[in-house]
Amino acid sequence: MTSAHIGRLIDAAAATIRDHAEELSALDRAIGDGDHGINMSRGFEAIVDQRAALAELPLDAALQKAGMTLVMKVGGASGPLYGSLLMAMGKAGEDASAVDRLSEGVDAVRKRGKSAPGEKTMLDVLVPLLDALRAGPADPIAAARQAADAGLEATRAMQATKGRASFLGERSVGHLDPGARSSALLVHAVCDVLEGRS
Amino acid sequence: MTGNVAIVVVSHSPEVARGTADMVREMVGEEVRVAHCGGNPAGGLGTDVAAILAAIEAVYSPKGVAVLVDLGGAETNSEMAIEMLPDDVRANVTICNAPIVEGR
Repeated sequence: MTSAHIGRLIDAAAATIRDHAEELSALDRAIGDGDHGINMSRGFEAIVDQRAALAELPLDAALQKAGMTLVMKVGGASGPLYGSLLMAMGKAGEDASAVDRLSEGVDAVRKRGKSAPGEKTMLDVLVPLLDALRAGPADPIAAARQAADAGLEATRAMQATKGRASFLGERSVGHLDPGARSSALLVHAVCDVLEGRS
Repeated sequence: MTGNVAIVVVSHSPEVARGTADMVREMVGEEVRVAHCGGNPAGGLGTDVAAILAAIEAVYSPKGVAVLVDLGGAETNSEMAIEMLPDDVRANVTICNAPIVEGR
């Protein structure tokens, strides 16, 4: 992971969040409080503002700093959730594999959200993603994209039991989860960078 | 300094946070130390980890601080702020399972 990689990851992540901000807020208006797009945009724009400094850091430190920026700037639950994901990935140790890093990050999201897969949250993308990568697929990028898409789509039929969406009970069924959508967008953005597409 | 647990009100809305704190002061005067914070770091609806941390520190005493939150993000951000406190302070600060604006 070079400084150019870190810069490209920041640009790709921020771009996909920016491009889909209205869609994320619309999904959130259906089952939450309607601010997911604007909150995520604010957080990722703050990371873009630190792009030069982050790109100079070792990967561990860059992940931790970017995570803390999300915690401090997002202003909604997604700040501590995505922030904890990145910070834990940055604390996995210098020699940690990508899968080990992701595993640490996903554990941190579980703890922060006191949540588990099947509850219509970002974990319904992240956990299938982790499982798919742990299986050692021949084409990890394709497997990651497929797991993220399938995980996202599966949230449509789920009834939310966490967050504001849980207040809707059965009425939360039939909508994609906004956090799962933003997670899937970020997975595709990372895959694009790893494939050299952006 | 009073001998009571202090209260921090955390709302997505700066006006709700301030108004709720005003009501508490109207009812109990200076007996209970009250701090409030509301709004995201850009000033819109939401909550701000740094502001929550500052509000807790403003009213903290070893008697403890009860944090009251509205919607879910206020709770998650308050948990994050509490984790940033020093160990001996953190032990005396808790989020209450009681509604403000919304809750059950």
